[in-house]
Amino acid sequence: MKLKLHVWRQNGPNDKGRLETYEAPDVSPDQSFLEMLDDVNQALAKEGRDIIAFDHDCREGICGMCSQVINGKAHGGQERTTVCQLHMREFNDGDEIYIEPWKAKAFPIIKDLAVDRTGLEKIIQAGGYTSCHTGGVADGNALPIGKEAADYAMDAAECIGCGACVASCPNSSAMLFTSAKVAQLAVLPQGKVEAHRRVMAMTEAAKESDFGNCTNHYECQAACPKGIDVKFIAKLNREYLKALIK
Amino acid sequence: MILDGKCPTGPIETSWDRHRFETKLVNPANKRKFKILCVGTGLAGGAAAASLGELGYQVEAFCYQDSARRAHSIAAQGGINAAKNYPNDGDSIYRLFYDTIKGGDFRAREADVWRLAQVSNNIIDQCVAQGVPFARDYAGYLDNRSFGGAQVSRTFYARGQTGQQLLLGAYSALSRQVKAGTVKLYERREMLDLVVVDGVARGITCRNMVTGEIESYWGDAVILATGGYVNVFYLSTNAMGCSVTAAWKAAKKGAYMANPCYTQIHPTCIPQHGEHQSKLTLMSESLRNDGRCWVPKKVDDCEKAPGDIPEEDRDYYLERKYPSFGNLAPRDIASRAAKEQCDDNRGVGPGKRGVYLDYQSAIERVGEDTIRERYGNLFEMYEKITAENAYQQPMRIYPAPHYSMGGLWVDYNCMSNVPGLFVLGEANFSVHGANRLGASALMQGLADGYFVIPYTIAGYLATVKPGEIKDDHAEFKKSAEDVKAQIDQLLSIDGNKTPSELHRELGKVMWEDVGMARSKESLEHALQRIPEIRDDFWNNLKVVGSNEEYNQELENAGRLADFLEFAEVLAKDALHREESCGGHFRTEHQTEDGEAMRNDEDYCYVAAWEFKGAGVEPELHKEPLKFENVKLAVRSYK
Ligand SMILES: Cc1cc2nc3c(=O)[nH]c(=O)nc-3n(C[C@H](O)[C@H](O)[C@H](O)COP(=O)(O)OP(=O)(O)OC[C@H]3O[C@@H](n4cnc5c(N)ncnc54)[C@H](O)[C@@H]3O)c2cc1C
Ligand code: FES
Repeated sequence: MKLKLHVWRQNGPNDKGRLETYEAPDVSPDQSFLEMLDDVNQALAKEGRDIIAFDHDCREGICGMCSQVINGKAHGGQERTTVCQLHMREFNDGDEIYIEPWKAKAFPIIKDLAVDRTGLEKIIQAGGYTSCHTGGVADGNALPIGKEAADYAMDAAECIGCGACVASCPNSSAMLFTSAKVAQLAVLPQGKVEAHRRVMAMTEAAKESDFGNCTNHYECQAACPKGIDVKFIAKLNREYLKALIK
Repeated sequence: MILDGKCPTGPIETSWDRHRFETKLVNPANKRKFKILCVGTGLAGGAAAASLGELGYQVEAFCYQDSARRAHSIAAQGGINAAKNYPNDGDSIYRLFYDTIKGGDFRAREADVWRLAQVSNNIIDQCVAQGVPFARDYAGYLDNRSFGGAQVSRTFYARGQTGQQLLLGAYSALSRQVKAGTVKLYERREMLDLVVVDGVARGITCRNMVTGEIESYWGDAVILATGGYVNVFYLSTNAMGCSVTAAWKAAKKGAYMANPCYTQIHPTCIPQHGEHQSKLTLMSESLRNDGRCWVPKKVDDCEKAPGDIPEEDRDYYLERKYPSFGNLAPRDIASRAAKEQCDDNRGVGPGKRGVYLDYQSAIERVGEDTIRERYGNLFEMYEKITAENAYQQPMRIYPAPHYSMGGLWVDYNCMSNVPGLFVLGEANFSVHGANRLGASALMQGLADGYFVIPYTIAGYLATVKPGEIKDDHAEFKKSAEDVKAQIDQLLSIDGNKTPSELHRELGKVMWEDVGMARSKESLEHALQRIPEIRDDFWNNLKVVGSNEEYNQELENAGRLADFLEFAEVLAKDALHREESCGGHFRTEHQTEDGEAMRNDEDYCYVAAWEFKGAGVEPELHKEPLKFENVKLAVRSYK
């Protein structure tokens, strides 16, 4: 099939940026979206033109590196799918596609579709861990953990840290991202000990990194390629209250 | 030269404990005077950087992605082994040790493998303490599954995302140290040279991938934990950015490359669909727990829908050929068996390069819900890529390049032949011999990072003066100039072939001539083609853009330049090794029924290659392998 692409091009954070139009003349439905872009880039490179920069690595939907807004939707809007796992059979011959980067104050643009997500790192560094040392810990089976709690923790832990939640939120809030880590650790006995300190520190770090507040739009859940549930935000709020009262 | 692995002697059961006791320590007050560079933040590098930072060293850690959490360890699906024996099914440290030695086709060092088996149990405990949500049973205890090459259930898992959860555990420990100020992280940095002064590793040269700046970093020791090199085949299950570059730059500075021909072709990947494909996707080996591999018995049936082929016309070839291990035969064996069926014209799907992996009987036995619980995310991924529902029709799979058992040579302390240069995880050659068993790479990465390097690096640091040589030394300047000169050269060729075009060409040669089956003839062909492609590269390459920006074409070109030198050494190693063992299968050396035939008389050694320049004969150094605790035997899974 043949497609017309409108792609955001921006040379660094200080450039203004603009949409430019490209043809994808020979797209196979079995290709992934990024393989389609690879072909466009190959054609550009052959002509000696600057290729479209975009972040990607695993191309398996797990590293969280790929990050594009396609036709206004983070990762293209297919349920539980990262852009690297989006396939061209979802599109039709003659389609026009708009491709843009994550847009948020906390994510300065590096080039074209690639952004700087250091803010997310700061949130984890503030407290997204249990403070155990290497060695000197108890046997893995010393503390039985109910299957329900283990499954709940795993549901939260599936977050790949791509930032689609931030990109899709009208406030550019990183609440879903933060809450997933808070909830995972709060429900496990190993993480409970530091739960109060953790929730305070992580929410504070989110503020400092220019992420906005959560006002319950829940666009994040719809955009999340791992289906992280907004119930974790409710959990974070409960943990936050508990910490405040203490 | 005969290399010495410096393995402890005496009873193997106590070898690691004795070695730890005998290794020198660094006084706690002195630790903060030492700076350690850690390139790579995957399981091996992430665990190492976090543990060393916690001990009080100053650590600087580097990765090419935008976050340490995105190292390709994240993609591991199936699980991690440990000799806990929780299921009470007969496991022990000795059994894990034995299975790993045998699985590696008797081409690994006994002492290293013993240590791995011994610390495997600590890893699980460590991860649980970090909050890694391993699968548990209804009583709340850790659950296990089985993996290829073992008859006990010793694999711990977190749904189909075990690597992700373990890496996020290591990443959280690393983040804690960043906060504590002991670790400094440098993301979007690519190491492009190792700085060696008077034969000792003293630092690295990196390119800042956002600004193009060439940066120098000094350290009292350098750790490489930079992953594997199977992207030399172009299409593989590795991430797009995985490369041999860091390891190869070290090789060019004198580090030996050991057993590069030991590459693993994983049996269960989604078959290739077209020419424009950029990578292959693994379907976890855990799927073989419940899935059954088959092809039609009759060539005429291959085009039919699988459901129309009656039971008696299906050839469950693994169950037929290897009755005691069946679908859980080790990877090298399962891959070759799949290739055999397809070579016999009984493959299925496009191009007839595929075999079925069927869940019908498992669904009948335990129900679709249980299968969904066990493998849901894998079935989902399969459907996204192929648009087929594997609950209703069998998956189609085919082998693909997956893992590199070979890597930089290291001694028992994980130190290379270049003093001060340590190598961990998939980047070294140490424990998997000629074939790696499933769920043992995660184990190795974390063992090296959490429980080996924190002890062994002290033995080295105790012998050096902290900060003796820093980045104002002339070698750093020279290294930066060399790196810059190569970048300028890549940008100035201005030919007509893009890096990915040339990489595809190299990949095709490697897959066809140096892939699942190798012969003298195919290897000689490869050795003729690789230098031709390399010449083409240096004469006809086209890299658009400049150095002073985020330039992915430039990154790819640099990585390919290294693959093109490395590939030749890989093929040479394969040609020199006149035997079949593990992932290295020479068609000249097989039994009547097509099984690998080892030659212990002549090849029971590690082949460590010293690079002498592109197109120049590399020098072979040998480390003889001694087996004192297991008997060298023909590896049988029948
Ligand atoms: C799809 C898949 C599934 C797998 N499943 C399993 C499994 O179920 N069980 C199992 O045991 N094993 C599995 N493996 C194997 C296992 O995941 C890897 O061998 C292991 O995770 C490698 O870890 P590592 O730390 O050595 O390297 P990696 O995780 O690859 O990390 C490499 C690090 O080095 C950095 N780096 C590399 N080059 C440079 C450079 N030049 N400059 C700067 N930084 C650099 C990267 O940024 C990264 O941080 C799987 C592998 C794949 C590909
Ligand atoms: S490239 Fe890794 S998630 Fe898309």
